[in-house]
Amino acid sequence: MANVAINPTVTHEEKLIEDYGYDDHFHDHHHGDKYQSNFITTYIFSQDHKIIAKQFLITGMFWAIIGGLMSLVFRLQLGFPEESLAWLKPFLGKWIVVNPESGMGSLSPDFYYALVTMHGTIIVFFVLTAGLSGTFSNLLIPLQVGARDMASPLLNMMSYWFFFLASVVMFFSLFLSTGPFSGGWTAYPPLSILPQASSGSASGMTFWLISLVFFVVSVLLGGINYITTVLNLRTKGMNMWRMPLTIWAFFITAIIGLLSFPVLASGFFLVMFDRSLGTSFFLSDIYIGGKALEHVGGSPVLYQHLFWFLGHPEVYIIILPAMGIVSEVLAVHSRKPIFGYKAMVFSMLAIAFLSFIVWAHHMFMSGVNPFISNFFVIFTLIIAVPSAVKVFNWISTLFRGNIRFTAAILFAIGFVSMFISGGLTGIFLGNSAIDIQLHDTYFVVAHFHIVMGVAAFFGMFAGVYHWFPKMYGRFMNEALGKIHFWGTIIGAYLIFWPMHYTGMAGVPRRYYRFDTFQAFSHFDELNQFITIAAIVTFAFQLLLVINFFYSIWYGKKVTEKNPWGATTLEWTTPIKPGHGNWPGKIPTVQRWAYDYSKGGRDFIPQIEPLAEGEKDEAAH
Amino acid sequence: MEMTMENTVGRNRIHPKKFALLLSCASIIMMFAGLTSAYMVRHAAGNWLEFQLPILFGINTGIILLSSLALHGAYRSFMLGKEKPYKGLLLAAFGLGLAFLVMQYLGWLKLQEIGVELNTNPSGSFVYAISGIHAAHVLGGVAALAVAVMHAFTLPFKKTAARKLRFELTLIYWHFVDLLWVYLYVFFVTQH
Repeated sequence: MANVAINPTVTHEEKLIEDYGYDDHFHDHHHGDKYQSNFITTYIFSQDHKIIAKQFLITGMFWAIIGGLMSLVFRLQLGFPEESLAWLKPFLGKWIVVNPESGMGSLSPDFYYALVTMHGTIIVFFVLTAGLSGTFSNLLIPLQVGARDMASPLLNMMSYWFFFLASVVMFFSLFLSTGPFSGGWTAYPPLSILPQASSGSASGMTFWLISLVFFVVSVLLGGINYITTVLNLRTKGMNMWRMPLTIWAFFITAIIGLLSFPVLASGFFLVMFDRSLGTSFFLSDIYIGGKALEHVGGSPVLYQHLFWFLGHPEVYIIILPAMGIVSEVLAVHSRKPIFGYKAMVFSMLAIAFLSFIVWAHHMFMSGVNPFISNFFVIFTLIIAVPSAVKVFNWISTLFRGNIRFTAAILFAIGFVSMFISGGLTGIFLGNSAIDIQLHDTYFVVAHFHIVMGVAAFFGMFAGVYHWFPKMYGRFMNEALGKIHFWGTIIGAYLIFWPMHYTGMAGVPRRYYRFDTFQAFSHFDELNQFITIAAIVTFAFQLLLVINFFYSIWYGKKVTEKNPWGATTLEWTTPIKPGHGNWPGKIPTVQRWAYDYSKGGRDFIPQIEPLAEGEKDEAAH
Repeated sequence: MEMTMENTVGRNRIHPKKFALLLSCASIIMMFAGLTSAYMVRHAAGNWLEFQLPILFGINTGIILLSSLALHGAYRSFMLGKEKPYKGLLLAAFGLGLAFLVMQYLGWLKLQEIGVELNTNPSGSFVYAISGIHAAHVLGGVAALAVAVMHAFTLPFKKTAARKLRFELTLIYWHFVDLLWVYLYVFFVTQH
């Protein structure tokens, strides 16, 4: 920091941008003002990536609360099947059936399945896809690669509004008299095709399909934009090996989404044909009330192939952005360069590639040829290699770091913890022989909730606590954040650890009640315990919601541009960046993104030129 | 929405919008790869009604290829500054595009006539579904051509960077849906 500004109002960073940035004459034109001229174009139909990111985040939070509440209702049923739920009648209406004699209210089984289905759909697609990758890709890609905005701000806006439309349709389906779709988030036929299969298979499924087709459009529009922006709009000097790992993660996520969501759409189109036009792509030999249906010649397993060709990449669409965020947060808050930067990138690429050739490990028990299963077992287990590389690198990054225990890094560390414990059970489930015992049990529920549910939420929380100052120019309350962390990590383990145990004993998932199974009766108390843990953990999430909205208006104000002392470009923008992100020139990038604790300095921003004789770390 | 690009575009070998369009084509390819793989998997499972694809679909392949050629000619003329052939060929491409859609519909009617209805057997259902979803994508291309025709006949003939880009985007997409149909046609003929 030899020549800190002569003019005290100009900081070191601002001077660097002035000296080395390039002038794209962005602010010579007036479009910047036309762009956000009134309330509607600024906050509602906004084309600014930062506002769109907030829209994704807040819509995602709304859905997370709904999806979470749903899980509490079905957990009540699972933990306390003998207790009256009549007190829920004002909210759930006819779905709580009250026995006129005893006054005992019980959850309708149909609605139980609808809740399970909606919980899955909402959390997987609306919260952990749109709310996670939508939020942070939008916020960070232009800011961290040094672009004024996305390649196509219009498509970007449409991406959000298609998601909104999907949300409205799905939300509306919750209030149908026949209830929302109830055949599981995977929507396997024949439950998803025959309206007579269950009450949710009628209009509920139609709404579900429409909603998800809108959602696919949203993901594709977003993904096309993210990829184009990363490849075409990087600032000068930002070569691929200088990109922060967040950008790599969003970039790879978008590619996976672009290649897998259309295949899901093709499956959905065929389901629509079967539902509405009488074709038999997925139906055959079905008898209802002793009468054979006219549908002949289809194969429900075919749908499963099409579904899981998206379905498996989808879990990486969820987890990769969280991995990118965690890498960044760990490096910044432990004041160390990320360990094994290139290994991190290559392992993400390897995971992305492998994600496309393992889908049938979701179908070991659906009658696929066991010899074909071998192929999928091997590739599934190979995913453990890049995953382990990443875990090793995260832990090595922390090792002997100068760690600042902020809420952000706590959640990042929690992510690593969750990813390890959930990942290990994946190795069990990836074996087709062990899967014979474990498939469709609570072991599976425990596995995926920990490894891609809770872990991805932790990545999202780490991102929210870390980038909140960039989003709103204020800090979130750290103490509340830490309480939120400890409540969540302890609570999450208390919910999901016992499920491994019940799963190994063979307790099947998705069942409405277990009282006809003598073998499972000794799990009654464990189930009550899980339900109580779930309620308490959910209550801790309210701390985040309160903290978030309180801090938007009343949080401690950010007084310097770079409160965390990070190297990346987003912290060189003004505290509240306007449209176009940088008021004058666009900064150019001179070095990689992880120069922490280097040459006696705490950190060196990416915009600072290499000193004489200094090597760029990304070069080797 | 232009401002992000026009200022950075000079440094790119490919225009971001063109690149974005290529990405959309990649995702459309994935969808049809999914559909045609489903076709093959189902085909291998037996209980498969074999039928001759009506000759109309073959003729139609020629029509959409001609349309692509015409549009390419229109583009060449546009670049060379020849207004008359540009307008004429553009109109021809648009007309042939519309003709393709009508002919596809006639093809479906013909299928019905020979007893292959939508729900007769998955072999036929796949042809209807895949060609129907393809026709929806052609419809998008015809809409883009309609805009191009409108511009050609209402705006003064001038070669600007913006119009060149718009033309190229239309051209890429139109060639894409054309080649996609050629693939599908060959697929149906060889895999029936």
